[in-house]
Amino acid sequence: MTAGLPAPSLGVLGIVAAAFAALVLVLRRNRSAGVAAGTLRWGALSVRVQWRVLWLSGAVVAVVLGLAIVGLVVGDYPVPAGQALATALWDRGGEFEFVVNSLRFPRVVVAVLAGACLAVSGALFQSLVDNPLVSPDIIGINTGAAACAMTILLVGGHPGLLPVAAFAGALAAAAVIFLLSWRRGVSGARLVLVGIGVNALLASVISFLLVRFPIDQVGAAAAWQAGTLAAASWSNAAVLSAGLVVLFPPAFLLARQLRVLQLGDEIAGNLGLSLERCRVLVVVVGSALAAVVVAVVGPLGFVALLVPHVARSLAGTLTGGVLVLTALLGAVMLLSADLIAQRLFAPTVLPAGIVTAAMGGPFLLAILRRYNRAF
Amino acid sequence: MLGTFARMPNNSGPDRSPVRRHALGLAVAGAILVAFGFLSLRVGALQVDTGTFWSAIADYDRGDTGQVVVRELRVPRTIAGALAGACLAVAGALTQGVTRNPLGAPEILGINAGASFAIVMAVFVLGITAPAGYLWFGFAGALGAAALVYAVASAGRGGATPVRLALSGAVITALLGSWTAAVLLLDLETFDEVRFWLAGSIAGRGTEEITLLFPIIVVALVVGLAMGRQINVMSLGEEVAAGLGSRAGLVRAGAWACIVALAGSAVGIAGPVAFVGLAIPHIVRSLVGPDYRWILLYSAILGPSLVLGADVVGRVIVRPSELQAGIVSAAVGAPFLVHLVRRMRLAEL
Repeated sequence: MTAGLPAPSLGVLGIVAAAFAALVLVLRRNRSAGVAAGTLRWGALSVRVQWRVLWLSGAVVAVVLGLAIVGLVVGDYPVPAGQALATALWDRGGEFEFVVNSLRFPRVVVAVLAGACLAVSGALFQSLVDNPLVSPDIIGINTGAAACAMTILLVGGHPGLLPVAAFAGALAAAAVIFLLSWRRGVSGARLVLVGIGVNALLASVISFLLVRFPIDQVGAAAAWQAGTLAAASWSNAAVLSAGLVVLFPPAFLLARQLRVLQLGDEIAGNLGLSLERCRVLVVVVGSALAAVVVAVVGPLGFVALLVPHVARSLAGTLTGGVLVLTALLGAVMLLSADLIAQRLFAPTVLPAGIVTAAMGGPFLLAILRRYNRAF
Repeated sequence: MLGTFARMPNNSGPDRSPVRRHALGLAVAGAILVAFGFLSLRVGALQVDTGTFWSAIADYDRGDTGQVVVRELRVPRTIAGALAGACLAVAGALTQGVTRNPLGAPEILGINAGASFAIVMAVFVLGITAPAGYLWFGFAGALGAAALVYAVASAGRGGATPVRLALSGAVITALLGSWTAAVLLLDLETFDEVRFWLAGSIAGRGTEEITLLFPIIVVALVVGLAMGRQINVMSLGEEVAAGLGSRAGLVRAGAWACIVALAGSAVGIAGPVAFVGLAIPHIVRSLVGPDYRWILLYSAILGPSLVLGADVVGRVIVRPSELQAGIVSAAVGAPFLVHLVRRMRLAEL
């Protein structure tokens, strides 16, 4: 199978492992430190701050920056570290302008933004259903995008249509799931099960596409389906940041309502929360976040599934602060997955989705261990 | 749904004995199976006239293309479809009984994904090409996936509810699916070979797999069908079952052994064909009531009918090309899952 692959180069794995180790060390030390929360006042304005979450987020930002720098410096074309940074930040038009500013920098930015969007999307869905195994890629939203986009790809549509088709497919799948699970309101559990059914249906569409077309076309489509950042560009980054700007504020507003929702429908209703409106908004915002990402990098799996779980186990239930932490951890995961995908078998580049899927295995064991100490 | 699950068998028509009613029902089910089997032999890209068809069955002549197609292609294909369907449907009925879970089915629990992942690994990574070698990996994969899904679903408070079971199955399926995809992406040649099988196809299955798996399937089917009584007791709940003298651990172990053997064999024969194991037991239950002795028996007859029917439909609608049986059954079965979920009451989720 791996006849075509060069021997794995473990350097970048080492770097990523070191970053993770540093992160774990910081988080471990900080497990029960300090005051849980406080309030910052500034004149008439006040904001509630969870110090621990703030401190964690700071640490994760440092890791994101570190990995981003690695992403700028490392690659097939050798660029000295100092010059890579200089080119990216201030030295326009230098010798390495193309490699750094057209290839690596946008890729890093896209990884950060896409990771953040996916993680927040997953966090919204997981809180909606109160189950750590829910995410847009499990309930069919990514599959909807993939089915649409692969159809375009395989019937030879204009490549420019690909992101549009993916976006439309994701939203259409979300709409179908939502409508089908509507029965005097939407319950989270029904939403998930209907989503699994829709996902299976769309998966059969994809397997139909995979057997229907010649293998050379199918190979490209399947690579796209795995989720890859290989085609990342500044315009992708622009799309993602637009999505982020539009969708993060409502996500933050919803985080507060989701906390109330998690007390149970009855209590939440008594506290004056409009349950259905809240659920509709969560599904809309969560699906839109996933759709934007799928449109740019393909249906990349497991980031939305994995990261919110990690954030929750570090920082507790979903608050605005925890949502920021989730987004940052999403960036860490996708950045490191993409670095590994690029460098592990260099010069052969894997789709990043393969690496995130590989990370999914240990994750399940971690869930088992966390919920079942006897494991 | 669990309400109907736990309900005791009741004979609705007081004037008709259950055995007589079921004799008629089983005859009808058998007729359906025979009809689909006949269609599966008769229908296909090559039109075969009735005379040629009968002589292929009764008086085989190697020189005639039509007869060769029927005898060498369609007969093995029909046998493969029938076996896979029986395996999946009985495995689904056993799973639903033993987990007391309306969403229990090999494909929901990730068992099919586990078996196909293991087989792909065995064939294309370890280079085991003989069916006698790689089929065992199918069983191992089925067992591993079932154990993992069940462990993840029952971790934490509340145990393995239908939602948790379905979700952890979906996650494991996604995980194994992307690992399979990862292996295949690295090698397009392999991908080209395996993509039809992965879509759930009973076309062109060698007789070797069937011959190898046949004894295992027969034993597992017989044991599974014989377990109806124990499953009935189990479905009353563990405590009641223990009170009635049932050895729950033994029954559960036996049922899981059958499920893994059946699902693993089905994947070995037909690839991951979805939704037969979920849909058939439900349809049967709505027809014959909650008695597992009959549910298992009817499932064993109607499961093959569904797979053969899906395969025939797949051959007809895009003629002269064809759709894999797994694609057709998923296209029919996924809406069925949605329907099932919509019918369930919230408290049961």
